[in-house]
Amino acid sequence: MKTMKRDWLPLLLIPVLAVVALPLVGSPASWVTLTVAGLAMGLMIFVMASGLTLTFGLMDVLNFGHGAFIAVGAFVAASVMLALGSWMQADSLWLNLAAFLPAVLAAMAVSGALGLVFERVIVQPVYGQHLKQILVTTGGLIVAEQLLKLVWGPEQITLTRPTALRGAFLLGDIAIEKYRLLAVVIGLLVFAALALTLNRTRVGLLIRAGVENGEMVEALGYRIRRLFVGVFVAGSALAGLGGAMWGLYQETVTAAIGAQVIVLVFIVIIIGGLGSVGGCFVGALLVGLTANYVGFLAPKMALGSNILLMAIILLWRPQGLFPVAKR
Amino acid sequence: MLRALLSDDLPRSRWLAIVLVAIVVGLAVAPFLFPGAKSLNVAAKICVFIVLAASFDLLLGYTGIVSFAHTMFFGIGAYGVAIALTRMGAGWDAVAVGVVAGLVVAIVLATLIGLFSLRVRTIFFAMITLAVASAFLILASQLSDITGGEDGLNYRLPAVLRPSFRPFEGFNGRLLDYYLVYGVSLGLVLVLLRIVNSPFGSVLMAIRENPFRAEAIGYRTVVYRTLASCIAAAAAALAGALLALWSSQTNPDTTLSFDIMVDILLMVVIGGMGTTYGAAIGAVLLVLAQNYLQGLVGDRWLLWLGVAFILCVYFFPAGIVGRLRQKVYTKDVDN
Amino acid sequence: MPEPLLSLRGVRTDIGRYHILHGVDFDVAEGGLTMLLGRNGAGKTTTLRTIMGMWRAAAGEILFAGRDITRLATPDIARLGIAYVPESMAIFADLTVQENLILAARSGPPDARRLDWIFARFEALKRFWQLPAGHLSGGQKQMLAVARAIVEPRRLLLIDEPTKGLAPAIIANMIAAFRELKDGEATLLVVEQNFAFARQLGDSVAVMDDGKVAHTGAMADFAGDPALQQHLLGLGMGEHQ
Repeated sequence: MKTMKRDWLPLLLIPVLAVVALPLVGSPASWVTLTVAGLAMGLMIFVMASGLTLTFGLMDVLNFGHGAFIAVGAFVAASVMLALGSWMQADSLWLNLAAFLPAVLAAMAVSGALGLVFERVIVQPVYGQHLKQILVTTGGLIVAEQLLKLVWGPEQITLTRPTALRGAFLLGDIAIEKYRLLAVVIGLLVFAALALTLNRTRVGLLIRAGVENGEMVEALGYRIRRLFVGVFVAGSALAGLGGAMWGLYQETVTAAIGAQVIVLVFIVIIIGGLGSVGGCFVGALLVGLTANYVGFLAPKMALGSNILLMAIILLWRPQGLFPVAKR
Repeated sequence: MLRALLSDDLPRSRWLAIVLVAIVVGLAVAPFLFPGAKSLNVAAKICVFIVLAASFDLLLGYTGIVSFAHTMFFGIGAYGVAIALTRMGAGWDAVAVGVVAGLVVAIVLATLIGLFSLRVRTIFFAMITLAVASAFLILASQLSDITGGEDGLNYRLPAVLRPSFRPFEGFNGRLLDYYLVYGVSLGLVLVLLRIVNSPFGSVLMAIRENPFRAEAIGYRTVVYRTLASCIAAAAAALAGALLALWSSQTNPDTTLSFDIMVDILLMVVIGGMGTTYGAAIGAVLLVLAQNYLQGLVGDRWLLWLGVAFILCVYFFPAGIVGRLRQKVYTKDVDN
Repeated sequence: MPEPLLSLRGVRTDIGRYHILHGVDFDVAEGGLTMLLGRNGAGKTTTLRTIMGMWRAAAGEILFAGRDITRLATPDIARLGIAYVPESMAIFADLTVQENLILAARSGPPDARRLDWIFARFEALKRFWQLPAGHLSGGQKQMLAVARAIVEPRRLLLIDEPTKGLAPAIIANMIAAFRELKDGEATLLVVEQNFAFARQLGDSVAVMDDGKVAHTGAMADFAGDPALQQHLLGLGMGEHQ
């Protein structure tokens, strides 16, 4: 995160992208709507991706099964919200939140627990062996998805947004969806929490140092293995949170929900630089904005444009926007 | 003679040999042993997937590359033939054009992806191929004018491959179609065997084991990996073309979906990485499971296969083939 | 004879298929500074890393204050009071100088008197206190690396080539700092290529050759024996390299 203080350039990409999009979109009202949508989507992806990038930076492990945490989060949240259906559909914001909050917390708890199982059983035996890691975590994804189908059935679940979060605020011509605003708020809170933890706590210090040189951190007397489990579980819990929010955003939840969004998650962490939370943040916003602007201008090109974005950024900075100074 | 045919890559195990012979002979006489449209369809599918899995094994097992874009090349081959047959009518010229077009596109794409991405770490490459494959899938669904969108393309096969073609009693075009698929698949597998057992194959395995050492000895790993990618892509495209020729209809679900990617991963790893025979066994297993286990264990066969997959990665990298070969070794040791 | 603080017996270390250490035997007495010398490739760095647990010794034993640490994990070895300054310095570039030292001070905020000592010896660290350590010059990074090892009391300091690539003025600074350190409570085991630096500071010397210790003894004796120096280090007349 400290790199951001020195190197502002990549941060500028966000406003530049937004400004460039304005004339292309044409109407300022649409532009605002798209920008908010882009930020909301970007922040949700950030929440899902932050754990993945830290895990890779810290312990050189890339979990291709990360989508499982996203899917589990979505399903658990859906179940809780359906169970508290009456509160969800009530006309009071507080009741709505009283249903939303437990759903989200349950999603994080279950995803975190799944993360612990994943780390102990699937990931730990293959530290340092990248090929096996890819295979084994993909296998874990397959098994997890099948278990999801087993528990929740193969049908998709429809979620309706809580009453108070449906619809949009209207500022003149501009429509800003209420749910997207909530997503932005939650995403920014997660970012702030991560930033505070990384920069102001001892654990954060250990993580930042460990991402650079785990061996030296051990030589200073810290048992970094334990730290890693914690980061992995936190990352999977965040993925669960992201999945819950994404499910509500899409209003349908299927076992494939993780797979749908994991490609964007990968693009984001590659753009950001593996190991950098700040880079992940910037990358996620860029991807979210691009997806929405291009989705409006040329819908067929949405995913392709993000791949193009990734290619361009890699040509500029082959290690991503904020490469971490590696061992 | 057999040694030459199999490029010196003998089964080295009585059990493995028995299984392989069963597969080859079984598929050869399938139309007569298991009459019926469904069984013939399954048999043809097995042939196609044996080639597809074997081509993936060239990448994963022999070169040590994980590419999630492999089904993309399968789809390119299938759509090449499908589009040609749709636009140019049901003739062999269309088939030729389609096959060649599919091959060219596949090889060009494989080269581009290889050169751009193979310089980066294994993990980067895997992620990038996943992204590219996703984009391609969406593209195929959306360019409906060319690809028929979600529903795909329906077309007619050349006259001699249609059921209506009956040159003599007991033999029709469908049967000819089947033996075309069978023959070409067998040929492609033998070619792949020849490739992996050649000096080229040895270099690939050296690169898989220790890329730095290989580079130090003087082999430009990027070149070899890209070549392996192209060969694998070409083989996958040909498998796709075969499927298109068998099915008379091609759509994103049967050729480009990630379920297929998962399937070939399972086939290669459970069958045995780096053995080519493993791909064949894995393909037979999976296609049979998909089509016949549904009734027995419901939808959970994929769950158990997933668990088997994980166990294989940990404990049995040589998969079923490895286990079969081991049976021989321990027996000999006891004697 | 008091028990040595550190004792290596028959330590063999392999890295992959290469046998690097072929049976290292030597002791480091408590207090003072022992220089570990030897030609390039003799196995000095590997010895330090093996002591620190980064390489697992294939055979032999390592005793620290009477305790067998051969099979211990690196963090546990560090917690026994051993500090390590690697050849690459391994400072955390994205962390500030201050954060580097906070991390090194396991038990709490760095002690003010120790910090004053560090600032007095290594003035640049005070000046660049809040700067990301990656911005420091080579010599300043080396100062930070050493400072990390002493920000809290440690019984044994393992230091790998502290003067490598440093300007003479900074080396002089290092010499002064090390002199004070060894007069304090710490024991130092320092790997060096620079013999002029070594002979000024070393109390004892252990010379490695081809994965084994070829000579141990007092530095004074070794420094006065040019023929031995020539034989073991390939030096002429004990001058700086």
